[in-house]
Amino acid sequence: MQNLQMELLQILKEDCRLPLEQLATMTGVSLEEAAAAIADMEKKGVILRYSPVINWDKTARERVEAMIEVRVTPQRDQGFDAIAERIYRFDEVKSVYLMSGAYDLLLLVEAPTLKELAFFVSTKLSTLETVTGTATHFVLKRYKSEGIIFEDGKEDKRLVVMA
Amino acid sequence: MSFSPSSYLNQEILNVPKSGIRKFFDVAQTMPNAISLGVGEPDFITPYHIRNAAINSILDGETQYTSNWGLLELRQEIAAYMKERYHLTYDPGKEVLVTVGASEGIDLALRILINPGDEVLVPQPSYVSYAPGVVFAGGKAVPVSTDASNNFVLTPEAVLDAVTEKTKAVILPYPNNPTGGILDREALEKLAKIFVEKDLIVISDEIYAELTYNKEGHISIATLPGMWERTIVINGFSKAFAMTGWRMGYLCAPAAFCDVMCKIHQYTIMCAPRQGQVAALQALRRGREDGWQDVEQMRNSYNQRRRLMVKAFRDMGLECFEPLGAFYVFPAIPKVGLTSEQFCERLLKEMEVVAVPGTAFGESGEGHIRCCYATALDLLNEALDRIARFVQKL
Repeated sequence: MQNLQMELLQILKEDCRLPLEQLATMTGVSLEEAAAAIADMEKKGVILRYSPVINWDKTARERVEAMIEVRVTPQRDQGFDAIAERIYRFDEVKSVYLMSGAYDLLLLVEAPTLKELAFFVSTKLSTLETVTGTATHFVLKRYKSEGIIFEDGKEDKRLVVMA
Repeated sequence: MSFSPSSYLNQEILNVPKSGIRKFFDVAQTMPNAISLGVGEPDFITPYHIRNAAINSILDGETQYTSNWGLLELRQEIAAYMKERYHLTYDPGKEVLVTVGASEGIDLALRILINPGDEVLVPQPSYVSYAPGVVFAGGKAVPVSTDASNNFVLTPEAVLDAVTEKTKAVILPYPNNPTGGILDREALEKLAKIFVEKDLIVISDEIYAELTYNKEGHISIATLPGMWERTIVINGFSKAFAMTGWRMGYLCAPAAFCDVMCKIHQYTIMCAPRQGQVAALQALRRGREDGWQDVEQMRNSYNQRRRLMVKAFRDMGLECFEPLGAFYVFPAIPKVGLTSEQFCERLLKEMEVVAVPGTAFGESGEGHIRCCYATALDLLNEALDRIARFVQKL
């Protein structure tokens, strides 16, 4: 079962639109077994959602991204979890990681304009009581994300026919 | 009197027909929307760490010849690989030769064995180079048909039918391109007995060995009793490590064979390209360290697509032998009076899908087409859809 789930995840990670029947064929199990394995992973929160990987740079949408290092004072009994939650509740915050090293939390933040992003940092983030410092790094270009290379140039270089 | 170049040419070589797939290539080239199931190589590119090893080697100024036999470290790694993966023992000092692709290996093996007029059994359908190779070496290729009823593998009966006093050797092309047929232990045991009895040398082309999809995995004929001493094993890095363009192959055989093969190799090739050898060395070293992860992942991915293809062709109502090796399916075409070549021509013209007619791999391939599934899943699905529509309207 564990192997089947891993194999299904690997296939879904590449293309989550494949019909169930095809997933079953590819993994060599029955339709029911494949459906059960996927349902189990959905229930356990292994699969959170099925969403496309979007290269926003190719859309008309204006947006600015920044990685923000945040230093915080951990709170008694709750450590970093409470402050992390207060931060990840903001819509602007796309990802939050607790880090080892010189700072505590690393955020990926997104806003329509530079101004709005600056506004988020100065009025919403740095004003939180336990936040003791921030360092904002703007993203200039995304080359690769979640294992997917964002550059073009994947054309097939093979000969069309070869024995 | 006018000068006529063709009158100077070797008649035997002139008589060998050119590979029958060229015209498909030319037509398909002009169709930008054509989906090709006619390729003969992985859709993966060589893993990055392997490419990087070759780049570093160039930057480090490793631009010299290597030993004629190939880098000793590489031969040692090949010997260790053959031991670990296929339970075969070869001395890296004198029983392993690094070649320019498995193709050079085929040529060398044929050339050291064949005296003028010697016959070599060539099971078909099979890779296009064997029979011409036999002729180039001055021998006579004797095609031996296989079909779906015997899992597209050579049978002892067929060998006995084809053997004459002049038969010197037999080619054993398994896992098989184009059929995907493999030899299991039982089939190997029966064949080995006959090969010993008839005193044949075996040229075992195991280039697709890593792409075997049954539980037991690939078994080399050289592991069977009495076979090591009469077998030349051909393998390479193209299929298992997605390294086709590097042209890296190797031969493993008893020293008495290897020594003579190296003599030809030394005088004609000198040595396989150095950076290819460095890349191959990296492929094997990393593979041994990480439990062959690259190979495992690629095999898994092929296996998923293999199941998909077989089911799709069977759903179309076509007979489709279940291939247990390589990355091709070899379905039968509908019996509507089309030859496999006509079928492929129309499939290309009307649906813009490239498949290779079975007859490209020998006459016994008639009635079949070869479809390679080493292609992106979305393209495979689209191609299968087009083939299904084509079959329906026939």
